[in-house]
Amino acid sequence: MKANDLLELAGRNLRESGFRNSLTTVGVAVGVASLVAMLSLGAGLQGLVSERFARSGLFNTIGVFTARDMRGMERNERRTGILESNVRPLDADARKEISALPNVIEVYPEVRLLTDVTFEGRTLFTSVSGLSPSARLNEAFEKMHGKFFSAPEAEEAILHVDFARDLLAPANAPGDSFALPVGPRTGNTPEVTDAQLDSLLGKEIVLHYGERQAVPTPAQPPARRSGRGASAKKLDTAATRADAAANDAAGDTVSFSVVRRDQRLRIVGIIDTEPYAGITASSAARVFLPVGLAEKLHPAMASNLRDIMQAKPSASENYSALIVRVDDPARVQPAQDALKKMGFRTFSLLDATKSLRRVFVILDLFLAIFGSVALAVASLGIVNTLVMSVLERRREIGVLKALGASDADVKRLFFVEAGVMGTAGGALGVLLGWLIGRAINFGTNIYLSQQDLPHETIVLLPLWLIGGAIAFAVAVSLLSGIYPAARAARLDPVQVLRYE
Amino acid sequence: MPGGNGVPNAIRAENVCRHYTMGESVVKALDGVSLEVHTGERVALVGASGSGKSTLLHLMAGLDRPTSGTLETQGRNLAAMTPEELAAHRRGTVGMIFQAFHLLPRMTLEENVELPLRLAEVPREERAERVREALERVGLAGRAAHRPGELSGGEQQRAAIARALVNRPSILLADEPTGNLDSRNGEEIMRLVRSLNESLRMTVVLVTHERKLAASFAERVLVLSDGRLAAEGRPGDPAVEALR
Repeated sequence: MKANDLLELAGRNLRESGFRNSLTTVGVAVGVASLVAMLSLGAGLQGLVSERFARSGLFNTIGVFTARDMRGMERNERRTGILESNVRPLDADARKEISALPNVIEVYPEVRLLTDVTFEGRTLFTSVSGLSPSARLNEAFEKMHGKFFSAPEAEEAILHVDFARDLLAPANAPGDSFALPVGPRTGNTPEVTDAQLDSLLGKEIVLHYGERQAVPTPAQPPARRSGRGASAKKLDTAATRADAAANDAAGDTVSFSVVRRDQRLRIVGIIDTEPYAGITASSAARVFLPVGLAEKLHPAMASNLRDIMQAKPSASENYSALIVRVDDPARVQPAQDALKKMGFRTFSLLDATKSLRRVFVILDLFLAIFGSVALAVASLGIVNTLVMSVLERRREIGVLKALGASDADVKRLFFVEAGVMGTAGGALGVLLGWLIGRAINFGTNIYLSQQDLPHETIVLLPLWLIGGAIAFAVAVSLLSGIYPAARAARLDPVQVLRYE
Repeated sequence: MPGGNGVPNAIRAENVCRHYTMGESVVKALDGVSLEVHTGERVALVGASGSGKSTLLHLMAGLDRPTSGTLETQGRNLAAMTPEELAAHRRGTVGMIFQAFHLLPRMTLEENVELPLRLAEVPREERAERVREALERVGLAGRAAHRPGELSGGEQQRAAIARALVNRPSILLADEPTGNLDSRNGEEIMRLVRSLNESLRMTVVLVTHERKLAASFAERVLVLSDGRLAAEGRPGDPAVEALR
C-alpha cells in the first residue's frame, strides 16, 4: 500500500475510536511534556550557571609562567631542580606566539604592584593591578558606580569600594594613611552613601611607581652608573642593580634601573565586589587601571628581581606572568597543552568546569529518567490502545488480508497509527512542556523580584530539545507499536473470517 | 498444466493435503485432492459440513497453504509462493465473496470497493472510474455513498461482488454467497454471478451445501467428503447425486 493510503486509512481508524485515541495521545503528550519540562529545566540551569561562569572569567583563563616559576609547578616537581636550559623566557616573542594559538582571544601580562597612591594630599599604600578590556564583561562590573575604562590605555582608575571608603573617610580609616590590601572588611566599616561614592568619580589620584628602565650591562667589572635625569629619582640599589658578572657572555646581558614616576589617573568607576570572584592574583587589588596603560608604564614588580638573577637573562622584556583567555572553557585544555609544549608552566581552573559539566550530565540524566517515567507509562497506553484496536478490528484485518493486504501492509498500518499518535502527542507535549517552562520562569521571576534579585531564565527550551522530544515520542510510540502490529499481522484471516 | 485448448487451467490441484495439528491428533481437512477447473468454467464445491470445501476454497484464494501437494492457478504453484506473492495473488488473480459479505461497516460502498485498488496501488486518478464501473455492474451506482448498514442483505452482497470485481480478477471464489439471503435475493445474486461469468469469462468456484443452487448454477459439481474428492460430474449425474 502507498504511504498516503496508509496514512489515510490510519487516520480514519484513529478517528473512529477518536475518544480513546485522543486519551492515549494526551497521555503521550503529558509524558513528553514532563520530559521536556525536566530537560529544559536542566538546560536552563546549565545555561544559567555556564553564563555565570563565563562572566566570572575564571574558567576560560590560563595563567602562563616560565618553567622557573613556582606557581605553575606540579607539587611533585617542587622538590626537584629545574634544568636552566629548558627554561624558555616569557618575552614579547612568546606573547606573540601565544596570541597566535587557536581559540586564544586575549593575552595580556599580569601587572600587580604594591605601591603608594596620593589623593587630595594624602598618601595611601595599596595594591594596584591591571585589568584587561574583557574584564568589562565580568560580573563585578555589572553593578558599578560610574563606568568601565574608556580605552585600553586610558589614564583612568577603577577603585574597590574599600579603598573608596578610605579616600572618603580619612578619619575613620585605621592607621590614617595606611590601607592594607586585604580581603573584604568586616566589622566597623565606615558607612558611605552612593552619593559620596559618586562624588569621587572624575577626581584624580596619583599613582607612584617605579619605572623599570633597561640598562645594558657593561663588561666586567660592572661599573656603577650615575643618575639619569633631574626629574627622576634614581633608586639604584644592590638588589635592583642586576649583576651579570657571573655570566661569561658579558656585554649582551641586561640589567635595569628603577626610576620613580608619578601617573595621574582619573577615577571613572567604583566596584563593590572583587573581579574574578577574588580568585586571580589581580582581583585582590584595590585600585585597577587598564592593562594597556599599566604595560606602557613599565612598572617594576617584585618578580623582576627573579629575572635578573637568571643565569642567561634575555635582552627583551620578560613578563612575570601572562594571562591567556580562550573563547570557551572547553578549549582551555588544548590551549594549555599547546602552552606546555611551548615550554611554559600553566595554571587554570579547568577542573571546576569539568566536574560541573559532569554534574550537569548526571543531573540531565536524572531529569531525563524522571521525565521519561511518564512517557514510559504513556507508551504502555499506546500498547494497550493498539492491542484493543487489534482485537476490535480482527475482522477488518482479516478482510484486508483477503483483499490482498500483505502481513507487512497490516504491520505498517498499525505502525503508522502508533506513529501518528506519537507525533501528535510529541508536538502537543512540547507545547505543554514549553508552557510549563514559561510558568516556572514566570513564577521564579516573581520570587526573584520579591527578593530584589535580577530576572533569570531558569527553564530553557533549545531547538534540539524540541526536535529531540518529538523524535523520541515517535520512536517510543513506534516501539510500542511493534507488539500490536506483529499481533495484527499474525492474525490468520481464515480463522477470523470463518468465526466472525 | 495446459487445459484442453492449450491455455493453462484456471485451477489445478494435485494431491493437495491440508492437515492441522490439534494437540496430539492430526486433523486431515484435505487429504489428497486432485482436480482441475478450466478457465471460464462454473464449478460448485459441495459436501457436508467439515468435508473440506471451505478449506479448499481458502487454499485457492491464497489465504492458506497446502501442507503438501501442488495447487496451481494459471500455471503458478501457490504452495511455493512467498507470503508477499500470495498477497499479490489475492489482490490480482482472485476475487472473493463471503456468506457474511464482510464489508467494512464504517466505510461507504465506494470506499469499500476502493479498498482492493488501494492495496494494489492503483493510481488515484484511475480509482474513481473503476469503482463507478464496478458498482454500475452490480446495479449499485446510486448507492455509492451509503454505508453497508443502510443496505439490504442482497445489496450488501452485490457491493461485495463489486469489491471482488474491481481489480479484474480472472477467478471468483464464492463461499456460501447466498447463505445469509432469502431465496429471492439469493437467486438474484447467483444470476449476477452467472452474468459476470458469461460477460467477463470469469472462472467461478462456488462453495455451497445447497443442492438446488449447485445444480442450477454449476456446469460441473465436485463433491468433497472427509477431505477427499468423492465424486465429480454434471449436475444431475447419478454418481454426484448419490453422494450428496
